[in-house]
Amino acid sequence: MARKTMIEAIRDAMDVMMGRDDDVVVFGEDVGFFGGVFRATQGLQAKYGTRRCFDTPISELGIVGVAVGMAAYGLRPCVEIQFADYMYPAYDQIVSEAARLRYRSNGQFTCPLVVRMPTGGGIFGGQTHSQSPEALFTHVCGLKTVVPSNPADAKGLLIAAIEDPDPVIFLEPKRLYNGPFDGHHDRPVTPWSNHELGEVPEGHYVVPLGTSAIRREGSALTILAYGSMVHVAMTAAAETGVDAEIIDLRTLLPLDLHAIQASVRKTGRCVIVHEATLTSGFGAELSALVQETCFYHLEAPVVRVAGWDTPYPHAQEWDYFPGPGRVGRALLETMAA
Amino acid sequence: MATAAETRKRTGKSRDTSVDQELLLQAYRDMLLIRRFEEKAGQLYGMGLIGGFCHLYIGQEAVVVGMQMALTPGDEVITSYRDHGHMLATGMDPRGVMAELTGRSGGYSHGKGGSMHMFSKEKNFFGGHGIVGAQVSLGTGLAFSNWYRSNDRVAVTYFGEGASNQGQVFESFNLAALMKLPVVYVIENNKYGMGTHVERASASRDLSKNGAPWSIPSIQVDGMDVVAVKEAGDQAVAHCRAGKGPFLIEAKTYRYRGHSMSDPARYRTREEIQTMRTQHDPIDGARHRLEALGVDESVFKQIDDEVKAQVQEAADFAQSSPEPDERELWTDVLLED
Ligand SMILES: Cc1ncc(C[n+]2csc(CCOP(=O)(O)OP(=O)(O)O)c2C)c(N)n1
Ligand SMILES: [Mg+2]
Repeated sequence: MARKTMIEAIRDAMDVMMGRDDDVVVFGEDVGFFGGVFRATQGLQAKYGTRRCFDTPISELGIVGVAVGMAAYGLRPCVEIQFADYMYPAYDQIVSEAARLRYRSNGQFTCPLVVRMPTGGGIFGGQTHSQSPEALFTHVCGLKTVVPSNPADAKGLLIAAIEDPDPVIFLEPKRLYNGPFDGHHDRPVTPWSNHELGEVPEGHYVVPLGTSAIRREGSALTILAYGSMVHVAMTAAAETGVDAEIIDLRTLLPLDLHAIQASVRKTGRCVIVHEATLTSGFGAELSALVQETCFYHLEAPVVRVAGWDTPYPHAQEWDYFPGPGRVGRALLETMAA
Repeated sequence: MATAAETRKRTGKSRDTSVDQELLLQAYRDMLLIRRFEEKAGQLYGMGLIGGFCHLYIGQEAVVVGMQMALTPGDEVITSYRDHGHMLATGMDPRGVMAELTGRSGGYSHGKGGSMHMFSKEKNFFGGHGIVGAQVSLGTGLAFSNWYRSNDRVAVTYFGEGASNQGQVFESFNLAALMKLPVVYVIENNKYGMGTHVERASASRDLSKNGAPWSIPSIQVDGMDVVAVKEAGDQAVAHCRAGKGPFLIEAKTYRYRGHSMSDPARYRTREEIQTMRTQHDPIDGARHRLEALGVDESVFKQIDDEVKAQVQEAADFAQSSPEPDERELWTDVLLED
C-alpha cells in the first residue's frame, strides 16, 4: 500500500481496469497526449496506446454520444468531461440516451458507461468552473451517481463504476484532489500523504456502489455529507464539540438508506450538507427521506446547509462556499432546537 | 479613448480606402494598449492580486483591432473567455476590466464574473463567455435581431479554432445561412486549444472552408497583420450589410503565452514561439509600416508613454477599488422587486 493523492488513485483505477479489460477505453479533451488538465490520465496513452486512450475535439455532446454507442455495443468507455460545468451540451445524450437505453430496449441493450467530471468550488473558478450538478443526475432514472471524498474510496468506487453494467456519473470534488480540504481556505491543506484515507491498496478492489461509510461515530446528531463536505463536517464537529455522527454517502444513487436510518434513529437529529445550491438540491431528497422514514425518532427539524441559491460567484467565493463556520452554526442550532 | 473604428468615422475614410497613417497609428496604439494591459494582468496574477482563470490575448492583438477598424459603432461584438483584448478594442474602460480581474466593485461585473465574464451595453460588447462555443449561437442571435429590426448592423462573433468543433457552431452556420443573418464569424486560429494542436483536433485542414456546406463565403487571413485583417473585415462587413448573409473569416494567429496562467505549454517548442514573436509580431509589423511612412521615433515614444500610464492607472484602480459589498452575492440572480 502506498499513500496517493486522489488524482493518483483515480488514475490507478483506470490503469487497473485498462490492464484487466481490453474493452475499457478512456478519452476526452486533452486526456491522451497531455494526460488531462488535472493529470488524471497521465501516462495512460503511453502505456495503452492511442486506440485506448485518446484526445477528442472540444465536443462534449459528441464525446458522450459516441461513448453511449460504444457502450451499447459492449465496450466500456470511461470518458472525462474536463469540468462538470462543461457537461451541459452532453446532458441530452446522458439523459435521453445513456439513462434510458436499457429500459426502452427491454434490457437488450445496456450502457456500461462512466462519465468522470471534476466538480465543486474552492479553486476560484467562478461560475463556469465550480458547479456541483449532482442533483441534475440523481433526478434522472437510469443513472448512478457517485461522489468520492478520498483517494482510497475514489479508486474502489471508480473500479466499481467501470465494472457496473449501467451508466455511472462519477463526480470528483476537484478541491480534494490534493488533500482533504476542510473549508479553511486561509490555512495550508494537509496533503493526502498525511491522511489515513490517502492509503490506497494496490491492484484491483471495489468499494461497492450503494455503500456509505461512517467517518466519525457520534450520538448527538447525524451529519449526511459527501465529497468535499465530509471534511468540512469533520472540522465543524471538532470545532464545535458537537458529538456528531458523520456519514459519507459516497454514492447518492443507489443510496445507502439503511445506514442513514440507523444513524438518525439513534441520534434523533440530522444536518445535511452539500456545496450545491440549496433549492431542489440532493439535500431536499435526503431531507424528505429522513422525514418519511425517521419521523418518530426526530427531536429537531432536519436542517440543510448548502451553497446559496445564486450562480457561483467569482470574487465572493468564500462567502458562498459552505465552510466549517456555517456548518458549525447549524450543528449548534440543531442541538439547541 | 478613441478606438480605431471611431477614428475612421471621424476622419471620414471610406471602407475601401486602404489604411492611412492616422488610422494605422491608432491601430498601433490600440494593439499596444492590449499588449501592455495583458502584461500587467500577468504581473498582477503573479503577485496573487488576480485569481482563478485568466487567459491572455498577447500575440493575437491584430485580429480584434483589425476587425474593429472595419466596424461602425453600433455593431455587436461577442467572444470567448479570452476577452480582455476585445473589450479594450471596443473602447471599454481598462480600469473597469482590470478591476473585474481583481474581483473588485469597480469591475464591469462587480466581481461576479471575473476575467471571462464581462459585458458593456454601452459598447455593444455582449461578453466574454466561459463555455467554449456558446457565444457562437449567441452571436447568431444578435445577428437575427439586427435582421429583425431591419438595421444595418453586423454581429461579429469570435471563437477559437478549438471551439470551431463544437456542434453548435455548425448549427449556427446553417441557421445563419438559411436566414441570411448579418453575422461575421471570426475563427481566431492560434493553432492550439489548450494543449491540443489544431491538426489533432480537427479533420478539416482549412477552417475557412468550414462554412462551405452552407455556401458561407470566407477569407483566410494573416491574423498577425492588422491591415490584412482590416481589409478582410471590410469585405465581410460589406457582405453582411448588403443583406447577403453570414461571412466567415479565419485569422491565422498565435498566442505567445500559455492557454491560461497555469499552463506550462509543454506541447510546443520554444523555437516555434520565438519565430512568431520575432518574425510575425503584429505590433512590430505595424510599427515597421509606420516607420516606412516616415513616422518619427518620438511619436512611438509618446504613444508608449501614454499607454503605459493608462495601464498603470488601470492597475492602480483595480487595487484600490473596494471589495464588493457582501450583499452583491445575492443580487442580479433575477430581477429583484
Ligand atoms: C464546453 C467547454 N468545454 C471545454 C472547456 C475547457 N476549455 C476552455 S478553453 C479550451 C480550449 C479552447 O481552444 P480555442 O477555441 O482554440 O480557443 P483559445 O483558447 O485558443 O483562444 C477548452 C478545452 C470549456 N471552457 N467549455
Ligand atoms: Mg485556439
